[in-house]
Amino acid sequence: MPSPQDRARVRNGWLLSAPALVLLAMAAAGPLLVVLVYSFLEAGQYGGVEWAFSTDAWFGILFSKDIFTDETMLADAHLAIFWRSVKLSLLTTLITFAVGFPTAWFIATRAPRARAMWLFLITIPFWTNLLIRTFAINEVIRNEGILNSLLLWAGVISAPIQIIYTDTAVLIGMAYVYLPLMVLPLFAAIDRFDMKLLEAAYDLYASRLQVLRRVILPIVKPGIVAGSILVFVPSLGAYVTPRVLGGGKNMMIGNFIELQFGQGRNWPLGAALSMLLLVIVMVALLAYVRAANKGAGHGH
Amino acid sequence: MATRAFAATTIPGFAIVAGIAFFALYAPILTLVAYSFNDSNAISQWGGFSLRWYEAAWANTAVQEATLRSLTIACSASAIATVCATMAALGTTRRGAFRGQTFIYVMINQPLMVPEIVTAVALLIVFASVKVATGYNGLMYLIIAHAAFCIPFAYLPIRARLEGMDLSLETAAADLYANPWQTFRHVTLPLMGPGIIAGAMLAFVISLDDVVITEFVKSAGQDTLPTYMLGQLRRAITPEVNAISSALLALTVLLLTAFFLLTRKRD
Repeated sequence: MPSPQDRARVRNGWLLSAPALVLLAMAAAGPLLVVLVYSFLEAGQYGGVEWAFSTDAWFGILFSKDIFTDETMLADAHLAIFWRSVKLSLLTTLITFAVGFPTAWFIATRAPRARAMWLFLITIPFWTNLLIRTFAINEVIRNEGILNSLLLWAGVISAPIQIIYTDTAVLIGMAYVYLPLMVLPLFAAIDRFDMKLLEAAYDLYASRLQVLRRVILPIVKPGIVAGSILVFVPSLGAYVTPRVLGGGKNMMIGNFIELQFGQGRNWPLGAALSMLLLVIVMVALLAYVRAANKGAGHGH
Repeated sequence: MATRAFAATTIPGFAIVAGIAFFALYAPILTLVAYSFNDSNAISQWGGFSLRWYEAAWANTAVQEATLRSLTIACSASAIATVCATMAALGTTRRGAFRGQTFIYVMINQPLMVPEIVTAVALLIVFASVKVATGYNGLMYLIIAHAAFCIPFAYLPIRARLEGMDLSLETAAADLYANPWQTFRHVTLPLMGPGIIAGAMLAFVISLDDVVITEFVKSAGQDTLPTYMLGQLRRAITPEVNAISSALLALTVLLLTAFFLLTRKRD
């Protein structure tokens, strides 16, 4: 039997959390359920929905029906967008890791005061408006931008390289805006790493590569997993960066979802795509939690 | 090799990559700021130092309205989020776990996990019906939406502060016949202060910066500064947008510096 104090404690916990919970249920969690319901309705002719049960939206994610022959086939355009989203998100994760790991290592091995300064320098872009950072990259890579101007002026190229409005532009942009999300957890992991282990390994005649592979990487693995998830998840749901840098053609899932609520006038399909994205993200997060728990278990 | 012991933590090439990373992080931002002071209509041509784009942005009524709207929303939303988050933090820390606490954690942190575009679409669907049903098209939708996704950002620093706090001071106050409200008002709240201010500031910055959810929730003519800037993209980017970006950037850096000074104090 719980004691009266216990019960009062639980009641207080709930009462004090109630305003936050109500607000979140109204404007965050609750609306997600509505999206789920909408994904099983019929599309209205001018946007919105018809209140009739239908699995067309979920079916329409992968397949389309030919208007004339009524033949069912794979929706190539949709698959291309999914493939681009996954490919660009994975590449973004790889690039940010390749750049972020040495950066995090560099910061973690500075003297305490310098370390705080370098860390602050990573944090500023992290908190800077994503739109502003995307604009900044846009300034650099567009046809009349700094990069092309410099290369033209130096005589390396004779005509501007078309980077903007390509997949490469989206990739550069995402790697740029999400780099701090990789560096921060990697730094946290490396910071906890006991540098004496390095000396021990070198004393035992390990080569630099062996030390990196057998000592450093296994121990900082939780940080690697955390950073990869933190970069991969927002990359997959990216909306602003592909819109600004990819132009209209190089859509990712996020832009494709928006399209369904605008010109596409297919709210149920948009809702189904949103749910699909949510499920993928949740699976990735669960994998992360499991890996993190495992890592914590092995770490000691 | 004689240098091994002394260079054990140095991995060849890592410092160079780090240097490139910092250069790559800052060069575009600094370029953007530099060009906001450019006295030339052509964006990639340097025409001397000038404040004309700041003056142009300042005189633009659309920018003025968007700024005022952004500030109204960010102030209201961060205030609501901070009050809710402070209460929730008091309810969920320092008293041992209770049944349903995990549920509360998940709910509070939910905006950090769900992709923004999904929340944006969800709010678009729900608020579209509410707008039709009630006929109300005001700023409340944006304020409520912002307050909701700001809650975790306010909650985390406040909880961190509470968890680091010494319970014995409150016990001492109670021993000295302070009633629970007096204890809270004169002991707990002042001790929580820096955490609450830090949380409020993070919430403010997050609300001020939001693009995606605002873009989907706003009614016609309700542009905030970020959605106004995004809208300008359909035309060519003018140096005016650079000026607005730089001003926002300066505000962010200012708030962040204050945030770090506040949170560092407690160590």
